[in-house]
Amino acid sequence: MPREVMGYDVVIVGAGPAGLSTAIKLKQIDTNISVCILEKGSEVGAHILSGNVFETKALDELLPKWKEEGAPVKNKVSKERFLFLGKNNSLNWPTWLLPSVQKNHKNYIISLANLCRWLAEQAEKLGVEIFPGFPASEVLYKEDGSIKGVATLDMGLDKDGNKKEGYQEGMELHAKVTVFAEGCRGHLGKQLIKKYELDKGKNPQQYGIGFKEIWEVNETQHEEGLVMHTAGWPLDNKTYGGSFVYHAENKQIYIGYVIGLDYKNPYLSPFDEFQRFKTHKVIKKMLEGGKRIAFGARALIEGGIQSLPKMYMPGGLLIGCDAGTLNMPKIKGSHTAMKSGIIAAETIIENLKNKKDLSIYEEKFKTSWAYKELYAARNVKPSFSWGLLLGIIYTGLDQILFRGKLPFTLKHKHADHESLKPAKEMEKINYPKPDCKITFDKTSSVFLTGTNHVDNQPVHLKLKDSNLPINFTLKEYDEPAQRYCPVGVYEIQNEKFVINSQNCIHCKTCDIKEPSQNITWVVPEGGGGPKYGNM
Amino acid sequence: MKILVAVKRVIDYNVQVRVKEDNTGVVTENVKMSTNPPDDNAIEEAVKIKESGKAKEVVAITIGEEKAQETVRKALAVGADRGIHVRTDGVVEPLAVSKILKKIVEKENPDLVFMGKQAIDDDCNQTGQMLAALLNWPQATFASKITVKEKLLEVIREVDEGLETVEVNIPAVVTCDLRLNEPRYASLPNIMKAKKKPLEQINFSDLGVDIKSKIEQIKVEDPPKRKGGIKVSSVAELVQKLKNEAKVI
Repeated sequence: MPREVMGYDVVIVGAGPAGLSTAIKLKQIDTNISVCILEKGSEVGAHILSGNVFETKALDELLPKWKEEGAPVKNKVSKERFLFLGKNNSLNWPTWLLPSVQKNHKNYIISLANLCRWLAEQAEKLGVEIFPGFPASEVLYKEDGSIKGVATLDMGLDKDGNKKEGYQEGMELHAKVTVFAEGCRGHLGKQLIKKYELDKGKNPQQYGIGFKEIWEVNETQHEEGLVMHTAGWPLDNKTYGGSFVYHAENKQIYIGYVIGLDYKNPYLSPFDEFQRFKTHKVIKKMLEGGKRIAFGARALIEGGIQSLPKMYMPGGLLIGCDAGTLNMPKIKGSHTAMKSGIIAAETIIENLKNKKDLSIYEEKFKTSWAYKELYAARNVKPSFSWGLLLGIIYTGLDQILFRGKLPFTLKHKHADHESLKPAKEMEKINYPKPDCKITFDKTSSVFLTGTNHVDNQPVHLKLKDSNLPINFTLKEYDEPAQRYCPVGVYEIQNEKFVINSQNCIHCKTCDIKEPSQNITWVVPEGGGGPKYGNM
Repeated sequence: MKILVAVKRVIDYNVQVRVKEDNTGVVTENVKMSTNPPDDNAIEEAVKIKESGKAKEVVAITIGEEKAQETVRKALAVGADRGIHVRTDGVVEPLAVSKILKKIVEKENPDLVFMGKQAIDDDCNQTGQMLAALLNWPQATFASKITVKEKLLEVIREVDEGLETVEVNIPAVVTCDLRLNEPRYASLPNIMKAKKKPLEQINFSDLGVDIKSKIEQIKVEDPPKRKGGIKVSSVAELVQKLKNEAKVI
């Protein structure tokens, strides 16, 4: 029997900053356009995790009265620090020597999850239909190969695919234009990039894994509005990464760490690097006596324009970090994601009204400020493949002296899953045990994410070859999934590869970093995954 | 037959609940809220009875702040016919809830009132019982199976010793256990239809019910941290430790 069908003018996959901006802009231009957003999280914001120091440029364009209308964008950056950390010392880098892209005095410290909740309210007021708890699991195509829409996942299957009591069949959503805004490494976006060869002629995409914790700290340690970034310890010169420490409202500190997924040592554990980072005396002092109240992790895009795929295809658009619009040196992606969403809406209107081809997206995006800043930023991340020191020296020249205008473009040479060296060539890393005050283990951390997946459902982490982890990856790389997964989904027990998919927090790192690309992340049942609060 | 089902908005069961710094309660800002899980079972059962042709109407009711409406909308999406939202602020104790429900029962004249056996936030397990007392209706609590018969219900109850089967005359109050059924998923079209189903809003003050707290809450604290266990090498050592250190024998 065919599935039930609903038709819309525009269907958007993902209620993040990009998707919500598209929806709002569409309705602002034409209230008669029917727009629907599917969101896999149990509510809008439940799967949003971001630093976040927010540049309001795109929000100013989209909703100029955001201040009066009560957007949760309130805590202006008041102080800024950049530290180079050694194991036992720290060097305060003068802020006047920072490239202008890293200056934040006009920006705000926000919770992106809360901003998305607010944007969702604005969208609903305009008549957008938002369906949280409904993951789009499948792209539907027309006979001519163009996109017809998406289908939602069947709910209520057991792990062998049999129907349980309460089974609910997925349905088809057909649209004139389907917008994919799933965020970094969207599982439909990944299929579309392959099918339509959207990445043809581009560099392989680069990713990072980002961690974030929210702490409630002592008043004496809290400086509301302080934005601090660090580079250096605990990472070595060859590993790309750094921390952020943002002093938010209500005595909260947003503290996090980002590590490039092009790291080489299979023994490296991003989670433990982050935990260890917090033991540096500068950081420890801030957190002592405080309480960790939230934890989460999410992969992010680092490739910039060299890796940015084509963002249009027949019947569809790929926007935000589903394509990869994050500005790495700025350490910001929300404003560019929103801008890419606004441009998507403008493109769709011209497509529906004037029959213009969706390919006009390309030109519109290329002439926007978002593209200009991504272009200027393009050489920073690749320069760090020469190591931290040379990367910093180059970045200084490129960003301060030449403002990104040097007449060449550095390349990303490898995909992240190709960068691991065999375990026998690398040194084991002994991470200190957690003290349960400043540093924690994965078990207590995953608990704070509130993640859960309904029992007895099909495993949403698919192995192409189920023997590979033990027969190859364990031998060759000491199965790095045990370490790159931030919440311990993957374990080796009695020489068996165990997948604790219930604990998954939808960060997508396994899908990116598995050296043979043997793991594919697909959407689990709706409402599953983390229940982030003000991440 | 008409069934009234009471649903409550609580902190989602997956969320780690945090005590407020000033010990006056738990943090509810920036926390995911959901329908109290056994209330989902109550709605499911009512809808099933309706689908079997034994009931004509299922009405979902909630009491609380503006956002509590979401729980009613969810009930409407899985098959309730209409909703009632009684607007209140702050914490409403079980006695006050039962008084409000009594007023609604008098207005709506349902044959059955269903609700979860208890709410996972305060775990009181009192509202159903007090409502039955106020209405002078029979009650069946912790229901894990409900069979509708002529003018009465046969209810299997989850009790400490096992299962107990009781019969109650209709009208009756039934509180539902998680084992009662498997709540269905709402489908997209039904969620959309639910947005158009009637939802009546009533201010509690219009009901003439005193909902002032009768209980003074002194302090809310985290449970004491569990200490790690130790391994003992012999029975003698175990006995010695139980005697001298734990002082339990």
